[in-house]
Amino acid sequence: MRVKRTQGAIAALVTASALTLGACGGDSIKNADQPAGGKDCGEMNMAVNPWVGYEADAHVVGYLAQTRLGCTVNYKNLDEQVSWKGFGSGSVDVVIENWGHPELQKKYMSDQGGDGTAVDAGLTGNDGIIGWYVPPWLAEKYPDITDWKNLNKYADMFKTSESGDLGTLYDGDPGFVTNDEALVKNLDLDFKVVYAGSENALIQDFRNAQQNKTPMIGYFYEPQWFLSEVPLVKVDLPKYTEGCDADPEKVACDYPPYPLNKVVSSSFADSGSPAYDLVKAFKWTNDDQNLVAKYIAEDQMDPDDAAKKWIDANPDKVDAWLKAAGVSS
Amino acid sequence: MSVATAGARTRVRSDDAVVAALRARWRLWALLAVVVGWIVIWWFAEGKHTLEISTSAITDVHARLQDLSDSVSNAFASQSNWLVAAVNYFADKLDLWFTRLQHLFTVAPFPRPLPQVGWLGTIALAALVTFAVSGWRLVLLVVPAFLLFGTLGYWTDSIDTLLITLFCVVIACVFGIPLGVWMAHSKVVTAIVTPVLDVMQTMPSFVYLLPAAILFDIGPAAAIMVTLVYAVPPVVRIGAHGIRTVNPGVLEATSSLGQSRLQRLTKVELPLAKRTIIVGVNQTTMAALAMATIAAYIDGPGLGQPVLDGLQRGQLGTGFVAGTCIVILAVMLDRVTTAASVRAEQARRAGDRRRRLRRLVLVIGSVGTLIALYLSHIYVWANEFPSRPDLGTPISNAVDDFGTWLLTDLSGFTSSIQTGFTNHFLNPVQSVVAESPWFVTGTAILLIAAIVGGVRAFVASVVCLAGIYALDLWYNAMVTLTSVLVATVFVVAIAVVLGVAMGRSLAVDRGLRPLLDAGQTIPPFVPLMFVLILFSSNRFTAIIAAVIYAVPIATKLVADGVRGVSAETIEASRSTGANRWQEITKVQLPMARGSVLLATNQGLLYVLSMVVIGGMVGGGALGFDIVKGFRQADYAGKGLAAGITVVLLGIMLDRITTYGAQRASGSSQPSSRRLTRLRFAERLAPNRGRV
Repeated sequence: MRVKRTQGAIAALVTASALTLGACGGDSIKNADQPAGGKDCGEMNMAVNPWVGYEADAHVVGYLAQTRLGCTVNYKNLDEQVSWKGFGSGSVDVVIENWGHPELQKKYMSDQGGDGTAVDAGLTGNDGIIGWYVPPWLAEKYPDITDWKNLNKYADMFKTSESGDLGTLYDGDPGFVTNDEALVKNLDLDFKVVYAGSENALIQDFRNAQQNKTPMIGYFYEPQWFLSEVPLVKVDLPKYTEGCDADPEKVACDYPPYPLNKVVSSSFADSGSPAYDLVKAFKWTNDDQNLVAKYIAEDQMDPDDAAKKWIDANPDKVDAWLKAAGVSS
Repeated sequence: MSVATAGARTRVRSDDAVVAALRARWRLWALLAVVVGWIVIWWFAEGKHTLEISTSAITDVHARLQDLSDSVSNAFASQSNWLVAAVNYFADKLDLWFTRLQHLFTVAPFPRPLPQVGWLGTIALAALVTFAVSGWRLVLLVVPAFLLFGTLGYWTDSIDTLLITLFCVVIACVFGIPLGVWMAHSKVVTAIVTPVLDVMQTMPSFVYLLPAAILFDIGPAAAIMVTLVYAVPPVVRIGAHGIRTVNPGVLEATSSLGQSRLQRLTKVELPLAKRTIIVGVNQTTMAALAMATIAAYIDGPGLGQPVLDGLQRGQLGTGFVAGTCIVILAVMLDRVTTAASVRAEQARRAGDRRRRLRRLVLVIGSVGTLIALYLSHIYVWANEFPSRPDLGTPISNAVDDFGTWLLTDLSGFTSSIQTGFTNHFLNPVQSVVAESPWFVTGTAILLIAAIVGGVRAFVASVVCLAGIYALDLWYNAMVTLTSVLVATVFVVAIAVVLGVAMGRSLAVDRGLRPLLDAGQTIPPFVPLMFVLILFSSNRFTAIIAAVIYAVPIATKLVADGVRGVSAETIEASRSTGANRWQEITKVQLPMARGSVLLATNQGLLYVLSMVVIGGMVGGGALGFDIVKGFRQADYAGKGLAAGITVVLLGIMLDRITTYGAQRASGSSQPSSRRLTRLRFAERLAPNRGRV
């Protein structure tokens, strides 16, 4: 009996003290207000492909959609192919930076003969470049190295323990599109393709090469935040002409330019959501993306904070996009 | 093993020691002959019939696997078949429940701006549960651990990882314990389930990701399924073991009272096996945590994500701090579940007074927890973890500075080590293994298997090598095998040195063990980031990463073996005037041979499971093919082939070393038989040195 009474007393005491504490304790949580937007936005499923530049685009658009249009934005870390597949099942609405992918266009876009689940939503304004790059110190010391015809002259310099008697040409992530093995063969270069294995491994290797002044040549691409840390120099391969890369076995020319575009699911495009108008209007430059990507990668900012910082500094561009989405700020 | 029997055994053994030594010599000579023959043939036939194919090549076998995976994946997308529909339904339900759980603790359910329960409520709840299952001492560990998650800046991610781990453990137990019970009662079920468990536990954790990604697409559903599947085996195996070893006398006594089978199970077997089953739950928990981290690769939620981000963006500090949170989480979960199994025992013996006191504390605690839950539901301060004090940022910055120092002052020197090692050791070895004609390498491996492991190892190797040949990735498999063997040599060498030191001195043991625990639980990406700075991306980096990953478990096994050598034996050797070096090499290591071989076995499997990560830092070969498989849809078939090849390699190496270990220790150390039997449990128990 005594135990029970003590229990009751203590419980009462704790409850009372908690209630007093609660009565004077700070801000309480209130449900978010529906931000002032023209139309109801609903959900937007944003695929996030695994490179930082993409993340920059995704969070700038996502942050605006969330804070100015009142959408619920779901970020999904997905690979490119899986993202496209998600258009049909409804798990993905937006791919905000698409690198070509004619094979996926053929499968999912109706004007290319696909099932019509994906729709083009215009260019992002970013120009994608893929190619071979060398660290700046090397290009300074051997200016003619940036012409592919001279690469064999320097092949000895690029020998590593991974490539035996040949020079090492570093390639990146297993997910990247690459013609490099065919290029080495068809251009008769004394090089061997060695896979660094990931974007970070490639970046780390270039960083080491510049730091220790060791020779290195490898696959790389723009827009890319790392170029603001180490401005790699592109090597000129034989000029790209329309269709010169048609047969993957016989490629002997540079990679095509990639005008990056946005792709959305057809159901999202037809939904009338202001977020779709925002995605369609979104357009910026390589420098813009590199800046936000640098905030994320080098300054280690949270992607949303990075997006906010850029948005606050660029009201003109942002206002134009928002206007298209029916919101005046 | 009791000291007295060990002493007796030693005396008996000294007689046939000579014979055993001769036998061991014979095997050594035979091994040497095989290797010399191999090298001679390689000298003449280097580069012929190596079966090498280019990285982008896809053969018919791969294309067929591709079609298979496409059709399975299409079946899953369209749900045409009832089995597929059922699995999909199950996965969807799990995903849904998990999302609800997240809305409670970590994710804000719109339009509410914060989760239903904040940090105050979560910590109170955790403390209460810990008190209930493991006692008050553990509360003193759990509460600071939770506070550390917050001050390190990874509150949400840590709770997410904790949720997914516990969620999967609960479901794994719901399926696993009944299966274990069934296994304990039925020889047929045991015969069917055991080999499946063997394969599941030999399979490197990364290999699980590819089928999960094919079946459920990348996302939390796939992450939950893969964590669940990976976590089930230990609780099944150890649960069955627990019930099987319930004292038969007790069973007989109770069945003479005329109880039904159900009564026997619930009243006798389960209560008596409770402690062992909780050990199984402990190991299942550790396995689930390990997989929940790795599942970041397929977009699982939680701490794996910042670690992977750290790797992808080269942010050392971020990866390190998030990795630290994982270690804290692992230590916490391990200690709580271990204490729970001890408590299961104590609770039965506890006196009336204690029990009443405990109930009182529980009632008060529940009331307090309810209040904390209420407060954290209502008020911002009790919901959002305060941003100060902030421990994470200074640590992260210090680690980043450390990384810069490594890059500027050390990487030039270390990369010359890498070059030297690769040119003078790795490349020649790889050339012998991979550049010999395939049938020469195959024969050599079979002969070695027969010499080391006997007939059973030979048969297993024939099957595995035939499979590897059929999957069209022979050359890459041999490149990977070389890296695995070279890494394992390092692992065993380091493990023997450290393990002997630990086994001989308790002080060294106390100093090293926490480091080994941390080394076993920290996700492999974290040390990898530092190694990458020092050595750039190449096979050597992959080897070093694998060595770092495998050394802790191997060291613990060697240490336990050395400590297991009886004090009398040591005393006896000292009395004959042996010095310390002789004592180690002539007495302790030979006596602990079984443990050393077991350490080799575990070292091989651990190293092998790092192959995929190795592929991401220049290791190439099978690891690269697997990653490519889940990154590019066109290469899924080849990736699957590479995944199966890794599993075959694993089974082959495991069989050879297991049978070798059994043979070597059969006469000297019966306890190591038990060790071999439980070795899978050991492998899945990152935090537990001894079983």
